[in-house]
Amino acid sequence: MPSGVPLAIFLLPFFSFIVISFVIRPFLNSKPKLSGYITIASIGTALILSFWVLAEVSNAPGHVLSMPDYEWLVIGDTVIRLGVTVDALAAIMLIVVTSVSLLVQVYSQGYMRGDPSYSRYFAFMSLFTACMLGLVLADNLLFLYVFWEGVGLCSYLLIGFWFHRPAAARAATKAFLVTRLGDFGFLAAILFLYFKTGTFDIGELQSLALMGAIGGTALTWAAIGVFSGAVGKSAQFPLHTWLPDAMEGPTPVSALIHAATMVAAGVYLVARMFPVFASSVEAVTTVAVIGGFTAIFAATMGLVMNDIKRVLAYSTISQLGYMMLGLGVVGIGVANDAIALEEGLALGVAVGMFHLFNHAFFKALLFLGAGSVNHATGTFDMREMGGLRKVMPWTYASFLAASISIVGIWPLAGFWSKEGILDHAWDHQTALFFLAIITVFLTAFYMFRVVFLTFAGEYRGSKDVDSGAGAHGPSLHESPLVMVAPMGVLAILAVISGWLPVSSFLGGESVSFFGALASPMAWVSMILAAGGILLAYALYSAKWLSVESLRRRFAPLHTLFSRKYWFDELYERVIVVRVLVDGIFALFNWFDTRIVDGIVNGVAGGTVEAGKVIRRVETGQLQAYAIAIFVGVLAIVACFLIFG
Amino acid sequence: MTVGLEHFLILSAILFSIGLYGALAKRNAVVILMCIEIMLNAVNIAMVAFSRYSHIITGQVFAIFIMVVAAAEVAVGLAIIITIYRSRETVDAEKIDLMKW
Repeated sequence: MPSGVPLAIFLLPFFSFIVISFVIRPFLNSKPKLSGYITIASIGTALILSFWVLAEVSNAPGHVLSMPDYEWLVIGDTVIRLGVTVDALAAIMLIVVTSVSLLVQVYSQGYMRGDPSYSRYFAFMSLFTACMLGLVLADNLLFLYVFWEGVGLCSYLLIGFWFHRPAAARAATKAFLVTRLGDFGFLAAILFLYFKTGTFDIGELQSLALMGAIGGTALTWAAIGVFSGAVGKSAQFPLHTWLPDAMEGPTPVSALIHAATMVAAGVYLVARMFPVFASSVEAVTTVAVIGGFTAIFAATMGLVMNDIKRVLAYSTISQLGYMMLGLGVVGIGVANDAIALEEGLALGVAVGMFHLFNHAFFKALLFLGAGSVNHATGTFDMREMGGLRKVMPWTYASFLAASISIVGIWPLAGFWSKEGILDHAWDHQTALFFLAIITVFLTAFYMFRVVFLTFAGEYRGSKDVDSGAGAHGPSLHESPLVMVAPMGVLAILAVISGWLPVSSFLGGESVSFFGALASPMAWVSMILAAGGILLAYALYSAKWLSVESLRRRFAPLHTLFSRKYWFDELYERVIVVRVLVDGIFALFNWFDTRIVDGIVNGVAGGTVEAGKVIRRVETGQLQAYAIAIFVGVLAIVACFLIFG
Repeated sequence: MTVGLEHFLILSAILFSIGLYGALAKRNAVVILMCIEIMLNAVNIAMVAFSRYSHIITGQVFAIFIMVVAAAEVAVGLAIIITIYRSRETVDAEKIDLMKW
C-alpha cells in the first residue's frame, strides 16, 4: 500500500471543504447541490481507501503498518515529527468515521434540502470529517490535540448552524466552553508528559509508561489530565451538561458528531493511550468509576425527557459511560495483574472499541430516525407524536432494530459488546457491575418508552394523518428515499455489526454465535432488558399502569431526573454566577478598579496636586528667577569654598 | 598710597553689587537693563585689572568682546522694551508677566 493512502483519507474531505468554501460558495452559489455531491464523493472515496487500509492492516504482522514520518519542526534540540499511525485501532475508527459520515451525508441531502445555508452545512461536515480522520490517524499528541480542537470547533459551528435561533447559539457556546474545560486538563497533561519525557510521540509514550520510565503519581496525574479531555469530549460526568443542549443542531449533525464519532473521540483517546492508563491503578479506577457512574446517571435523566433527541443524547452519554467502564475495568484487571499485560492491553481496547463500533451504527440510526420523524411531524416533542408506525413503516422498522440493538437483545449488535463490558466489570469491579446491570434495565425502559410514545398508539399531534389527502396543512408521510436508504443500511449494520470479528481483530476475545447464550450473564441482562421493555409497554402502550399515578408516587425522583439533578442550575447559577461572577470576578473587578486603576489614577492625581503646589514657584517674574539664580550661584560658590 | 589690584577689585565688586541690586529690585525695565550694563562693566574692570597685573593680554581681549556683546544686547533689549511699551503701555517688570501660568 502506498504510504500516501492514509494521508489521502484525511485530505479528501479536507479538499472537499476547501472546494466548497472557496469555489462553490463564492462562485456557484446557485447550485448548492454540488456541495453535497462533492462531500459524498470525497467521503465515499475515503471509505473505499479505509477498507483498503483495513485489508492491509489485517494482513500485516501484529496488525500494525509502519508508516514513514517526517520532520516537521526543529526547535533547537527539539524535533517534532509528523506521521500517521495505522494499526487495528486506527483502521476500525477510520471505517466507523467514514462509513457513518458517508451515510449521514446522503441522509442530509434529504434532511437539509432547501436550507439557505446548504453549502455551508456540507463545508462544515467535510471539515469535521477531515478533522476526525486526522485525529484518528495522528501519531503524536500534538497533532492529535490540533485535530481534537478541530472537531470541537466543527461541533461548535454545527450546533450553532441555525445561529439565528438564540437557543442554538447558546447551546453552541455552552458546548464549546464546557469541552474547553476538559481540554485544558488534556493540554496540561500533554505538556507535562513532554517535559517529563521529551516526546509527543504516542508510541514512545506508551512504551515509556510500560517500562515504568514515567510512573507513580506523575503518571497518574498525566493520565487523569488526558482523561479530563476525554470527559469533556465524551460528555462524561461532571462535564455532561453540554451534550443534551447540543441537540439544537441539525439532526444529521447530532447523528454524526454527537452520537457516532466526535463524542466517541474521548473513548478513542483513552484506548489510544491505554498503556499509559493501565500503568496506574488510580487512573484506570478513575476511568471506570466515572464511566460506570455516568452510565447510570445519564440513563436516569433519559427516563423522563419528552424531547426525543434529548432522550437519545442522554442515552449517548450513558453508552459512552459504558465504553469508559469497559476500558476502565479491564485496565483495573491489568493494573492489579489479574490479566497478563500484553493480552490485557489489547483486551481493554477491544472491549471499549467494540462497543464504540456497534454504538456508532445503532445510535447514528436512532438519531437519523428521530430526524425522519421530525421531518414528518415538525417537532421533537414525543407528546406530539404517536401512531407513526402506520405512516412511516421504514423509519419505524429501522428505529426498532436500533432500539433492540442498543438494549442488548441477542443476537443484535449491542448485545455482543455490552456483554463483554458486563463480563469484565463482574470480574474486576463488582460494585460498578451492579451500576451497569441496572443501567441495562433503564436503557431498555427509556428506549422503548421512545418507541411506544413515537410509533405506537394514536397520533396526538396537530398535523393531518391522512397521508396524501393534503386538504389542510402538511400531512404525515414517510421520508424520501434519500433519507430512508441510509437508515436501511444502518439498520442492517445495527443488526450485524456485532457479528463482525472486530473484537478479535483488536486482540480481544471472540464469542461464538450461540455460545454467548450459554453464559448466565447474557440471560440476566436480557431478562432485565425484557423487564424494561415490558414496563415501557405496560406504561405507554397497553396502559395497564397509569403514567400519571406512577409520576405522582415518585414525584421527588421525577423532579430530580427531569430537572437533570439541577446540574445546569448548579453550574450556571451557583458556580458561574455566584462563585465566578459574584465571587472571583467581583474580587478581580474590585482589585482592578481599586488597586490597578487606583495606582494609575493615584499617580496621575498626585502629579496634578503636586503640580498645583509647585507651579506657585513659577511667578513669571524674571527678577524672581534672577534671584534664584543668584542664590544658586552663591550656594555653589559656598560649597566650593567649604568643601573644595 | 599706591593703587593696587585690590582697589580695582573692590571697585568692581561695588559696581557689580549695585548692578545686581538694581537688576533684582528695580521695576523699570530700562533701569534693569542699565543695571545689567553696570554688572557687565564691573566685570570688565576686574578683567582688565587682572590682565594688567598678571601680564596676560587675554583679559583685555575679553573686555572688548564683552563691550561688543553688551552693545548688541542693549540694542536688542531696548528694542524689546519699546515693543512691550507699545503693546502694554508700561515698562514695569512686574506687570510684564506673559510667561506666568
